[in-house]
Amino acid sequence: MTETGRKAVLKASGLSKFFPGVRALDKVDFELAEGEIHALLGENGAGKSTLIKLVTGVYGRDEGTIQLAGEEVDPKDTTDAQRLGIGTVYQEVNLLPNLSVAENLFLGRQPMRFGLVDRKAMKARAKALLAEYNLHLDPAEPLSRFSVAVQQIIAIARAVDLSGRVLILDEPTASLDAGEVQVLFRIMRRLRDRGMGVVFVTHFLDQVYEVSDRITVLRNGRLVGTRETAELPRLELVSMMLGRELSAEALHRGGRREVAGEPLVSFKGFGKNRYVEPFDLEIRRGEVVGMAGLLGSGRTETAKLAFGIEQADSGEARVEGHPVKLQSPRDAIRLRFGYCPEDRKTEGIVGELSVRENIILALQARRGWLKPLPRREQEEIAGRYIKLLGIKTPDAERSIQFLSGGNQQKALLARWLATDPEFLILDEPTRGIDVGAHAEIIRLIERLCDDGLALLVISSEIEEIVSYSDRVVVLRDRRHVGSLSGDEVAMEPIMQTIAGA
Amino acid sequence: MNQRTFPLFVTAAVFALAYAFCLSRFPAFASTRVFANLLTDNAFLGIVAVGMTFVIISGGIDLSVGSVIAFTGVFLAIMIERVHVNPWLAFVMILIIAALFGAGMGAIIHFLRMPPFIVTLAGMFLARGMSFVLTADSIPINHPLYAQLNELVIRLPGGGRLTLIAVVMLLVFAGGIVLAHFTRFGSYVYALGGNRTSAELMGVPVASATIRIYVLSSVLAAVSGIVFSLYTSAGYSLAATGVELDTIAAVIIGGTLLTGGSGYVIGTFVGILIQGLIQTYITFDGTLSSWWTKIAIGILLFAFIALQRVVTMAWPMRRVQAA
Repeated sequence: MTETGRKAVLKASGLSKFFPGVRALDKVDFELAEGEIHALLGENGAGKSTLIKLVTGVYGRDEGTIQLAGEEVDPKDTTDAQRLGIGTVYQEVNLLPNLSVAENLFLGRQPMRFGLVDRKAMKARAKALLAEYNLHLDPAEPLSRFSVAVQQIIAIARAVDLSGRVLILDEPTASLDAGEVQVLFRIMRRLRDRGMGVVFVTHFLDQVYEVSDRITVLRNGRLVGTRETAELPRLELVSMMLGRELSAEALHRGGRREVAGEPLVSFKGFGKNRYVEPFDLEIRRGEVVGMAGLLGSGRTETAKLAFGIEQADSGEARVEGHPVKLQSPRDAIRLRFGYCPEDRKTEGIVGELSVRENIILALQARRGWLKPLPRREQEEIAGRYIKLLGIKTPDAERSIQFLSGGNQQKALLARWLATDPEFLILDEPTRGIDVGAHAEIIRLIERLCDDGLALLVISSEIEEIVSYSDRVVVLRDRRHVGSLSGDEVAMEPIMQTIAGA
Repeated sequence: MNQRTFPLFVTAAVFALAYAFCLSRFPAFASTRVFANLLTDNAFLGIVAVGMTFVIISGGIDLSVGSVIAFTGVFLAIMIERVHVNPWLAFVMILIIAALFGAGMGAIIHFLRMPPFIVTLAGMFLARGMSFVLTADSIPINHPLYAQLNELVIRLPGGGRLTLIAVVMLLVFAGGIVLAHFTRFGSYVYALGGNRTSAELMGVPVASATIRIYVLSSVLAAVSGIVFSLYTSAGYSLAATGVELDTIAAVIIGGTLLTGGSGYVIGTFVGILIQGLIQTYITFDGTLSSWWTKIAIGILLFAFIALQRVVTMAWPMRRVQAA
């Protein structure tokens, strides 16, 4: 029995998982009751997906026990977990688009007649199954002909039909529109009312409050707590997730400035359907604009629109008052924009190339490949920035993959600084680097801004944003929900705006 | 008609057009005789193409089939003419050898995670090399059973003679259709070609399915080799060179997606008929070089690969309102 008096269908006790050098999950307890929708929340690296993978047998656990309806179980793989009664539906629908809907539902367990698949019976059963979800379609059609939302419902129907006790939905709403989300919620509620336990992983706080009964928050691989949704104020939830006490002292740069003058870059009604809602944003020379919000709130998406990686379908961008074309990163580079991406390993550095080659990459791209920079000039530029930013490398020819995270980050910064940018976007510039390098990067940001650069900095560390931003833009659920300046640039107002309290 | 069946309709339309053209030039194309010969002449190609269809739908490729046909012919010739084994026993022996050969390739592809292209390329050299080890000569097979089997024909109205090997091909096609659409194994083949990871997550026994796919292909190549030895009444280690490529061409022209996941056995049958039709036309014409067959096949192949690309990209998605 749970504390609330409902019967626990799934109970994980003291689950731990170690990866080399990391405790991905550290003695976490998790309890799912029958007939409840249980939201599982946490920022990147909190351990949500590790927990799910342990419960569904994708990973073997290092410590702890899993009980299903009171009996200890040990799922060996997803098929085994399914057989035991635990079904999972991922954000990327893991079905087969080239097979028919019916085959997707019954693959490997098709009804047989005289040793052959009874296609008629299979079709009829598929139709009946989907009718329970108010989905009336021809199950003989290939799955690829239906929208992601419909595919998701089909995946849920399959998972429920196969397992029937626990349904884990891993970010099911990420690619759905508002109407489709409501359909999904209706289905989740109906399954709950039938007595299933539903685990709902998401980043959207509004959805958590709309549909869940209880919330479990993880942070850094540890359990922060499990609470009744109705009794947990948003602000408290956000601080549980971000792990900052609201009384935390805000660090201040030598006085926040109201930067005056015409904006260097301005976006008006800039947005993309199903990506980021249209937003207005102005950044002046010498100004640092911080971007805060939870994971998945649309921060990186905003940066990608602003740098032309994704194409906006509404609004316009202006540089010094003149409308500009911003259809590709090449356009952006031509406008003297720079972008250091969040995931520097896959989107930033080219690991096999040397530090020098990584630094001159963007500059060379702007010149075009037909006009290579002379080797001597390359060495001079690389040498200059290695000294200027204090990049610790034996020499400029060292392959960049052997440098530490902080030094890779600095080399990435150098790449954009070498192009002499006017507007620079930094996405999580301090993620995954050690404390010393962290402070250096922050000082560097301040220096760049004093040199007259316009900066847009994204960070999950609110303290950090407070320390260097002149203004802060807050995002929630892919919407720009607030812009704070002056004294409002402090921990508490930012947290409150994130929580939407 | 939907995205999956569209290429099939195009294949059928191409065949109909080609047939109408041949008919307008040579009215004899309407005779059952021409048609029956077309089936007989392409029987060995059709049989091996059924196996290739499964392999390609599963996202793989089998380059070894031509060599397996040659090896089968040489093996049968040696066994029947030199070792004096009963031909039926020799047939059974070669089918077992081929099954083991296919199982080996499938196991290597699955367990060592090797690309099918490389593994079956190695298989191709191995089987061809083994045929040369057995003999480098062309050995005629004079066993009375061969003559008897070759005389088994169904006489069609209009003078056509439906031979045993043509009937075997038609049966293999019928079996292939049932296997593809009315067995769990068939759905696993399509699942593997759609997305291997998803298929595994959905509980498809990937290892056994992969092995069975290559066993099927090799066994059908051996059946094709038996048919080929009946057709030529000889075994020769240089026979059936490049047949694997003709087979792949027939499968693709038949509307199967080269990247896997989509295709029909019946489409392959039409693909074989199209190839046979072109050859027959060139024979009838008499002035054209036989290389025009290759040129026509090449053009068709290009057209179908381009068509598949266009269909995959342009086919509209159906929106179903979920209520």
